[in-house]
Amino acid sequence: MSHPATSPARTNRSAAVGRSALDLFAGGSGTVFALLIVVLVAITFLNPSFAEPPSLMAFLRNAAPLIVLAIGQYFVIVSGEFDLSVGSLVGAQVVIAAKLIDGEESRTWGVIALMLVFGLLVGLVNGLVTTLLRVPSFITTLGMLLILAGAVRLWTGGAPTGALSDSFRQWGRTGIDMPVVRQLPYALLIAIALGVAAVLLMRAPYGRTLLATGDNPTAAAFAGVRVWRVRTLAFVLSSLMATLAAILIGGFAGVSAQVGQGLEFTAITAVVLGGVVLGGGRGWVVAAMAGALTYQALERLFTQLDMPTTARPALQGVIIIAAVAYAARSRGHRPPPPAPAETANDPVPERVG
Amino acid sequence: MTLTQQAEAPRTAAAVEGRRRAPVRLGTTGIIYLALVAILVIGTVLVAADGDNLLAERNIVDMLTRSSVLGFIAIGQTLVILCRSLDLSVGYVAALSSLVGATTMDGDPARVPLGIAAALGVAAAVGLVNGLVITKLKVNAFIATLGVALIIRGYLDTEYKGPAGSVPDSFQNFGYTRIGVVPLSTAVMLAVAVAGIVLLRRTRTGYRMFAVGGNDEVARLSGLRTDRTVIVAHVLCSMTAGAAGLLLASRFSTGVAAQIYSAGYDLDSIAAVVLGGTLLMGGRGGIAGTIAGVLILAVLDTVFRLLQIDPFFRDVLRGAIIIVAVALYARRQIDRHAVRARFGKHGRAAGGQDAPRPVIPEARA
Repeated sequence: MSHPATSPARTNRSAAVGRSALDLFAGGSGTVFALLIVVLVAITFLNPSFAEPPSLMAFLRNAAPLIVLAIGQYFVIVSGEFDLSVGSLVGAQVVIAAKLIDGEESRTWGVIALMLVFGLLVGLVNGLVTTLLRVPSFITTLGMLLILAGAVRLWTGGAPTGALSDSFRQWGRTGIDMPVVRQLPYALLIAIALGVAAVLLMRAPYGRTLLATGDNPTAAAFAGVRVWRVRTLAFVLSSLMATLAAILIGGFAGVSAQVGQGLEFTAITAVVLGGVVLGGGRGWVVAAMAGALTYQALERLFTQLDMPTTARPALQGVIIIAAVAYAARSRGHRPPPPAPAETANDPVPERVG
Repeated sequence: MTLTQQAEAPRTAAAVEGRRRAPVRLGTTGIIYLALVAILVIGTVLVAADGDNLLAERNIVDMLTRSSVLGFIAIGQTLVILCRSLDLSVGYVAALSSLVGATTMDGDPARVPLGIAAALGVAAAVGLVNGLVITKLKVNAFIATLGVALIIRGYLDTEYKGPAGSVPDSFQNFGYTRIGVVPLSTAVMLAVAVAGIVLLRRTRTGYRMFAVGGNDEVARLSGLRTDRTVIVAHVLCSMTAGAAGLLLASRFSTGVAAQIYSAGYDLDSIAAVVLGGTLLMGGRGGIAGTIAGVLILAVLDTVFRLLQIDPFFRDVLRGAIIIVAVALYARRQIDRHAVRARFGKHGRAAGGQDAPRPVIPEARA
């Protein structure tokens, strides 16, 4: 697999690159890129104007929030946990922003800072309850989902009030005016920046520790990893990403009581579509982002095919199961890659012999 | 169970009562029933302070009625979770079988058995698909059942625009008849629960479920057909969800889709199972605990309704109570983690409902 942590031998990198072309259609993380290409080609074939830069940019702007959410969910899933609270956290954050900003431009940045603090707190509670109190994360975040959804509706009386300011909405709505693409969306730039940061983080010691924890928490703990801290930070990252996604979604879609509903399942689906294994320890953050993009592309394809809205879930279900089954099948047939690399690079026998 | 371990039990009124009552060990299931009693007592006091009586007949009927639908679903969910799997499609299966049942019956009393058979058959088929996708295609249960749920949703939304079919009066009795204070539906649910307990404690299939959930690989190496066990659990789970769908059809007197699948039975049933002390990681737990979990949720709902607590605040309280309860069990499980014998003296599975049986202390003494 092309993941950095699963191919520790740097000398083997050239071989890995040669193999990655085959990997594209061989399952694992590669499947999602193949699927993405197929879907994008299909959309372009049905509607050639889709490939024009402006409409492509609009598509990417719509996809950006889900990509951001997928990055956050990736951290939690790869550490071996779940985060079901992101959907209701997005909803809560949008409602909080609308209520506190109430159309006043001057409050924008203060409220965004407050939202980030709130996201941080939610993630901290999720993480600490899961790790220190040993509540399964499925239950912790399910409880958090109920609490956030209930609290927000209680606070607003069921119908969100207030309004977002223009400087808040610009992040999800507008972009930098440019010649070719007409407008380069801020949302896309934010998603790319967060993606790059996530890749760097996964290559940093924290990322490797996170993967090790997800793969085998006991072994990681014996190796000196403070498992609870690593996992708690993953939950905090997930909640912060959900907060940023809420800023984008709020700007793009506006405020309603339904914002964010069901997004947790969409985000998990996107990550799993990217070949990230539920249960932790395996997966590539870029593939998770591609999974989110693929999910959006599929929705777009269904629109293009004029499929009745009611039938879409069915096809989505089939595709998700098929993609994951395909990835699982290929993973099962592959020989474990690190073993030969380990012996070849092991300096001890060479010195002795 | 040793005295020191008993002393470590949470120092609540319920635990003190339990220590007096139980000279044998107090298992997880016992704790949950004590928690249920404690919640009933606290609820009664709170409701009494509000000038009402929680234990009045109509309120007891209300609690039991609330518990029957979720009870059916949670029984099946317990079997699946014991196998270290998960079923997120139960709400959709219930909706589907309510429609299949109601349209097959079509108001004709003679067709009631046919309608029941059709609904349960369709549910079983969905369970079979779930099980096959999980075991043969090796798709994670979370994704597999979520995918199947989406497929059913697409079918329901396309085929049925609104309520469909009708249920004859004779079958509506299933939803409304009472025997004393116990609604017929609750009695049937409890009968299914007893059948499930017998399945888990007295049959090979049941033992295999514990084995597969405890360690799939060891079970396989011991010669169990692990795939078959998981498939059976999923078929049974879908069938109990189908039964819940039939019950809902008899209450609505017609088959409905969106009202059922958007009611959140999937997550509620998982919460009830975990509240009942079954490990989400599989291999330990049982249906008796699940029933207590379902009853706890039902009592809370009734208390909230009587106290006229804002429905949105109910969600907040529910979420908090679920987290706190599971955190309390988790503490107990840390205290005495791996040393518990999974099998008793005579080779019987003791990992299941362990509260009422005195086998384990003998085995450990």
